[in-house]
Amino acid sequence: MILQAENLTHLYGSRKALDGLSFSVSKGEIFGLLGPNGGGKSTLFRILATMMSPTSGSAQVAGFDVATHAAEVRRRIGVVFQTQSLDRKLTVEENLIAQCHLFGMSGARLKARVEECLDKMRLTDRRADVVDTLSGGLKRRVEIAKALLHEPEVLLMDEPSTGLDPGVRRELSDHMQELRAKGGVTILLTTHILEEADRCDRLLLIHEGRRVAEGTPAELKAKVGGDVVVMESEAPDGLAEKVKARFALEPHVNGNHMRVEIANGHRFITEVIEAFPGAIQSIALHKPTLEDVFLDETGASIS
Amino acid sequence: MNRSFWLPVYTLWRRDLIRFWRERTRVLGFLGTPVIFWLIVGSGFGDMAYFFPGTLTLSVMFSAIFSMMSLIEDRREGFLLSMMVSPAPRASMVLGKVLGSSTLAWIQALILLAFLPLAGFTVTLPLLAKLAGTLFLIAFTFTSLGFLFAWKLDSTQGFHAIMNLVLFPLWMVSGSLFTMAQAHGPMQWLMRANPLTYAVAAIRRILNPALTDGSPELRLSILVTLACGISLWLVSTLVASSKTTRSQA
Repeated sequence: MILQAENLTHLYGSRKALDGLSFSVSKGEIFGLLGPNGGGKSTLFRILATMMSPTSGSAQVAGFDVATHAAEVRRRIGVVFQTQSLDRKLTVEENLIAQCHLFGMSGARLKARVEECLDKMRLTDRRADVVDTLSGGLKRRVEIAKALLHEPEVLLMDEPSTGLDPGVRRELSDHMQELRAKGGVTILLTTHILEEADRCDRLLLIHEGRRVAEGTPAELKAKVGGDVVVMESEAPDGLAEKVKARFALEPHVNGNHMRVEIANGHRFITEVIEAFPGAIQSIALHKPTLEDVFLDETGASIS
Repeated sequence: MNRSFWLPVYTLWRRDLIRFWRERTRVLGFLGTPVIFWLIVGSGFGDMAYFFPGTLTLSVMFSAIFSMMSLIEDRREGFLLSMMVSPAPRASMVLGKVLGSSTLAWIQALILLAFLPLAGFTVTLPLLAKLAGTLFLIAFTFTSLGFLFAWKLDSTQGFHAIMNLVLFPLWMVSGSLFTMAQAHGPMQWLMRANPLTYAVAAIRRILNPALTDGSPELRLSILVTLACGISLWLVSTLVASSKTTRSQA
């Protein structure tokens, strides 16, 4: 296990941001922490990145405790923040060199690492550009290049896709897969974006600081039975009662939407529309998503 | 003290210089205030020489404190985050920031030395060397103080308040505007207790060794300023190293 958390608990005053969270990540995994904003992901990220100590419990990276051996942990983790952490007035290369210096690297090793990371993130032709002039996607790539300079064993990424358009997200995700494949880097990322979570090897779903579920995206989705059918109605509660009585299902109501999980959803759709004419404004079927898993376990939505 | 201590110091120092060079017109604008003050007050009282040391101190104070506002920008822009999660020792981080800002304040004070002849002083190389050394010491002291403020504050407004409510009044009773001999009883004590008095006196005595205005002796002035600078830097390091359970950046 390259990363381990045991019974992590964190309090802000009397508010519990993390509540006895335990999990572990194996070497070379892309591990996602999925949950809504404000659910404890950022707190967990800050603790793992050695930015603050947990109220109780512990976490280790490569065997070093994040609270008591911060310097050892910092040498082994690369941190990509959700917000920018570059010097906007410096060029890409100047930022990378400064980062090397902060890690005590100089001379031939520094040169080699800067070249390699520029190349890995396809930034070589942008090296002399001042960061302020770069697009959001490019800046994120510089952030990642910067985090990789000291050859970390674990890359911690806080909401890496947030604020990026879908094309750039896809590209970023490819970069992550490549890093893991070529360099054996373990990646831990936090996210509330389903597509990003879908591309992780394993996920920990968290809600209100507690574990909701853990597993591969496929395992998690398999927990939801069959298909998901979502109906829009002017009286969703009344509809839910009727559907429950007639089809022996457990509908969930959220706003004016009612949602059921059922095998062979396509057949159910025709049946339910015929059974309650006029009561359903619209109806849709989809394969289970991580959102459905989260809804089932918590009753709350991720995004 | 090895590579992993000095490389971060060097890189943070260098970064401040690069940024300064890229925004030099904006930064040098801070020189205007002390110069205008000097020209007006100096000619008003008909004594350009007397007000020159105070002007130099004021300029160092302004530029040191304003350079240190970069720490608040670093926090806001996120660069501080990278420093906080790097294995660089906090002491070297603080030293790098303080040396960077001191150097900027120092360069700006050196530019003001061009006005020495206009103030009626004969410029010699030893005089310039002594002044340059003292000005760096004063810049270091002010930036260490600035670091403490900037670490605790999260807005630049707070900085302006401290400048106006604490530093500017201290400067006014530092011998910049009136001498210790001219001051009355309690004011004299206030001046003696004011660390800034020693910074101004150091410059005054270098420019005019035969001074008899009741200001502190050169050696004492340098020692007090040095002691202030080193203690403020140590306190800054301690404050920046303290562990918290709250996020620091």
